[in-house]
Amino acid sequence: MSTDNITHTHSAHVSHHFKDATQEYDSGKQGIWLFMVTEILMFGAVLVGYGIFHHLYPAMFSEGAKQLDWKLGFINTLVLIFSSFTMAISIQLIQRNQIKKAAMALAVTILCGAIFMVIKYFEWTHKFHMGFYPGRFLDMAKTHAEHANLGMYFGFYYCMTGLHGLHVLIGMGLITWLLIRTIRGDFHSQYWIPVEGVGIFWHIVDLIWIFLFPLLYLVG
Amino acid sequence: MGHSSSAHGENYINCEKGLWSWLTTVDHKRIGLMYMITVMFFFFVGGVMALLLRLELFAPNTVQGVGQVLKNGDVYNQVLTYHGAIMVFMVIVPGIPAILGNFFLPIHLGAKDVAFPKINLASWYCFMFGAALAIATFFTHKIDTGWTFYTPYSIRTGTSTVLMVLGAFVMGMSSVLTGLNFIVTVHKLRAPGMTMHRMPLFVWALYSTAILQMLATPVLAITLLLLAAEKLFGVGIFDPALGGDPVLFQHFFWFYSHPAVYIMILPAMGVVSELIAAFSRKVIFGYTAIAYSSLGIAAVSFFVWGHHMFVSGQSATAGIIFSFITMLVGVPTAIKMFNWVATIYKGSVSFDSPMLFALGFLFLFAIGGVTGIMLAVLPIDVHFHDTYFVVAHFHYVMVGGTLMALMGGFYYWFPKMFGKMFSETLARLSFVFIFIGFNVTFFPQFILGAMGMPRRYFDYIPNYEALNKISTVGSWLILTGFLIGLYAIVQGIRKGEKAPMNPWGAKTLEWQTSSPPPHFNFDVEPVVTAGPYEYR
Amino acid sequence: MMWFNFAKAQSFMPTQGTEIAKQVDNLYGFLLITSFIACVLVIGGMIYFVLKYKRKSDNDKTAYISHNTALEFLWSFIPLVIFLAVFAWGWYIYHGMRTMPKDALEINVLGKQWAWEIEYKNGFKAVNEVVVPVNTDVKLLLTSQDVIHSFFVPSFRIKQDAVPGRYTALWFRAEKLGEFHVFCAEYCGTSHSGMIGKLRVVTREEFDKYMEEGQEEGQLPIAKRGEKLFALKACASCHSVDSPAVKVGPSLFQVFGHEVVLEDGSKVTADENYIRESILQPNAKVVKGFPHGVMPTFQGQINENELNALVEYVKSLK
Repeated sequence: MSTDNITHTHSAHVSHHFKDATQEYDSGKQGIWLFMVTEILMFGAVLVGYGIFHHLYPAMFSEGAKQLDWKLGFINTLVLIFSSFTMAISIQLIQRNQIKKAAMALAVTILCGAIFMVIKYFEWTHKFHMGFYPGRFLDMAKTHAEHANLGMYFGFYYCMTGLHGLHVLIGMGLITWLLIRTIRGDFHSQYWIPVEGVGIFWHIVDLIWIFLFPLLYLVG
Repeated sequence: MGHSSSAHGENYINCEKGLWSWLTTVDHKRIGLMYMITVMFFFFVGGVMALLLRLELFAPNTVQGVGQVLKNGDVYNQVLTYHGAIMVFMVIVPGIPAILGNFFLPIHLGAKDVAFPKINLASWYCFMFGAALAIATFFTHKIDTGWTFYTPYSIRTGTSTVLMVLGAFVMGMSSVLTGLNFIVTVHKLRAPGMTMHRMPLFVWALYSTAILQMLATPVLAITLLLLAAEKLFGVGIFDPALGGDPVLFQHFFWFYSHPAVYIMILPAMGVVSELIAAFSRKVIFGYTAIAYSSLGIAAVSFFVWGHHMFVSGQSATAGIIFSFITMLVGVPTAIKMFNWVATIYKGSVSFDSPMLFALGFLFLFAIGGVTGIMLAVLPIDVHFHDTYFVVAHFHYVMVGGTLMALMGGFYYWFPKMFGKMFSETLARLSFVFIFIGFNVTFFPQFILGAMGMPRRYFDYIPNYEALNKISTVGSWLILTGFLIGLYAIVQGIRKGEKAPMNPWGAKTLEWQTSSPPPHFNFDVEPVVTAGPYEYR
Repeated sequence: MMWFNFAKAQSFMPTQGTEIAKQVDNLYGFLLITSFIACVLVIGGMIYFVLKYKRKSDNDKTAYISHNTALEFLWSFIPLVIFLAVFAWGWYIYHGMRTMPKDALEINVLGKQWAWEIEYKNGFKAVNEVVVPVNTDVKLLLTSQDVIHSFFVPSFRIKQDAVPGRYTALWFRAEKLGEFHVFCAEYCGTSHSGMIGKLRVVTREEFDKYMEEGQEEGQLPIAKRGEKLFALKACASCHSVDSPAVKVGPSLFQVFGHEVVLEDGSKVTADENYIRESILQPNAKVVKGFPHGVMPTFQGQINENELNALVEYVKSLK
């Protein structure tokens, strides 16, 4: 996205401490990316922990992965990829001043997030029902676990998907806020920084899921 | 801005009135002051804890009365944990960046504010919320894990690990947001002519610190979340009973907390660079070396965490590698020391109180530095690890370094922040007490450590009594020093003479605007044509 | 070398109980002297300069010296050389500290809140008192039953964390008779500061007598207890112990200390931690030619003492 189309005449949105819209846009974008770096590092650290213990107990992890339904995970992956697509489209549409369509695209994005969370909810409750609680709460008798520390796999599973799910919820909240502002007419071809910022956040959340899916569902 | 607001006596303090205008302000200067008040409050609480610890250690437990100030080991351990956690997470880490950095980084760059003023305010609320969570543990089951939260102790203890850890997590968010703001501000909001190489070294130090805050804090955040999950749901990652690894926690923890040591000391080095140049009226020696050694320290500091774990059971090879890299990180630190001393050479040195604190910093940091090198040497560390030698070392760096610089910086910028002068006599007196008291308190602890007294001990064998007594007496001198300092500050704010625009004759941008600065820092946006230390 | 001995004498280090302690003190003495010189140079230089260049009037002219490449190179390079020399010296001593001697007298030490439980090879147990013969290599095999502790003998300049769920080790060769303090150096809760033991160095004869007295307390040797447990847990139905013959699982005869080929072709040495792991997580490292998932895990079913006994028993199958 080039910044050349920002003209200095539309300065209504420029905050007091910025000289012009370009400076504001560049700062905002850099800020978002820096924040994304912290998100990636945070998930990165769990992945390191996952890697270490997967290396130590590959058979146990494979037993855990077998308990998950990869088909549900796969559907969720598709849902999120599609939502990333609609998110990207909404920015394009706002840049072309097609506000109504952009609002539609945002609404679809929220819907996809909701579908993701519903599927996740059913996965979790199903696991609880089967006795696959995290860590020491795992019901050894009910689950017929081969590995005494299978609970650790589910510890990772719930921590990673839970933290990710929390990000999806936050993302949905932010996109709802965007939707309201879009309908209100705050965004147009000269001003769309918040949409782009939340968009970047949403893409990163998707990207993290694309790492989590094979690691949790397909491993072993 | 067409008119000059400061000409009418309007400044950032009196432009709006009422508590609400402070709580909702997005002015970086006001946020800096709000941080100042909260950090001072927490410093007071943490300080009282320290005095209690020292009082308890005045005599072994067998001595009635003074040897049993704190009822038992549990109470001692709780006080010890609060002292550590409060001083680290609520005083030293936010100290210089959030108070002086918030106030002066935009002014140093000639900007009107930081890049994201609302996020800046949000970071203060994050900090307050996190601190509230941490303090809330005091009214539940308290906390006794030590500020390091080592597993499996933190999992097994009956105290409020989860609440404390969530508090630290939220304060970490605040730290990340401040860092993010600083990086973007430095990149995007510099005034015309303010190139990166014309930035004051304080800004360079804050910039390096901000990078560390951004890169290291997320790892601490997730580690603390996993620890909370471990405690609540027994996920098993750090729990040996489930095949987890308690030492992994230490790796994760120090991966943040070693860079955090530099989060604490780099801003102090920045302040000292400013003070030495200003009070020697001389261009800083080796500007580039100091600026880039900050970045160098920041980079290397990510690869030395294992030197906290030489006896933890990590492999001997890992120990050797970490020791080697730690030696490398010593070099840029030494360079800075030499540069500061060289800056004084052929200068015009005044002994105003901020300079005394800066010289005190050099003195104490030199000792903290050489003992740091000793601790990096493998077999020496095997003996000194977790003894009072380590306690003395990091107090020399954190208190003798960071706190000295914070005090010095505070007195240096006091006229700018409040538009008043403080009593020079009281400030000097405060320095004398703090400096002497500090050495009396902590130097004996080096010897105690060499003799083998382990840290976090509620009681000790009789050989250690004499030195512990000296140390406790020193803590009262420090207390006196800080009380005098507090009085000097309060008196200065209430009754101080009006401060001129540039009382010290320094060259950086904040001295080119009125004292206190107007709401938007400068009446006319400055255009920079030269470096920050052009004393010719 | 007068000044060197002076520095060491003023270092306040405790009695030197071992050869390693002397080496550590030599290095420490060197560090003290170099540090002192460095501090005198930096702090002394600072004090000299501030006094000499004290402000005389408000219009003092100051020199404009922005940098000096040669000087800056020198004061980066010299510290680097010193640091690296010290590092290498430290590495040398550390190597000696961490290289476990062969045929050392082994003693198991279990840390728990808040005491040290000592167990000798003959099954004799003691609390908070380690008795060792003088001039003998002694290896302590450490672990913990609850939280992390750290075994610290100031007079020997040694320290090692005792970590639950794994073994760590340290060794020493005591050269002085007498009693030495053992501290817990890793924070472990309420009575952390009370977790003080003693290490008593005695003559060989006294040590033998001490062991004999301990034996008479009716304790079985540790390996014997392992043998009983081995039978009790029905390990013998799958593992042979007196010949290399394969039953369901690999034979344990003469396995300890030898290399074992795993299913992926890699090799591990069957040391204490490997035996321990194979009992607790049998499928972590399966020997080549044996199927996965046959052996049940014993995680949570046997305690640290029993584990010690089993490991000891496997060690004794020579």
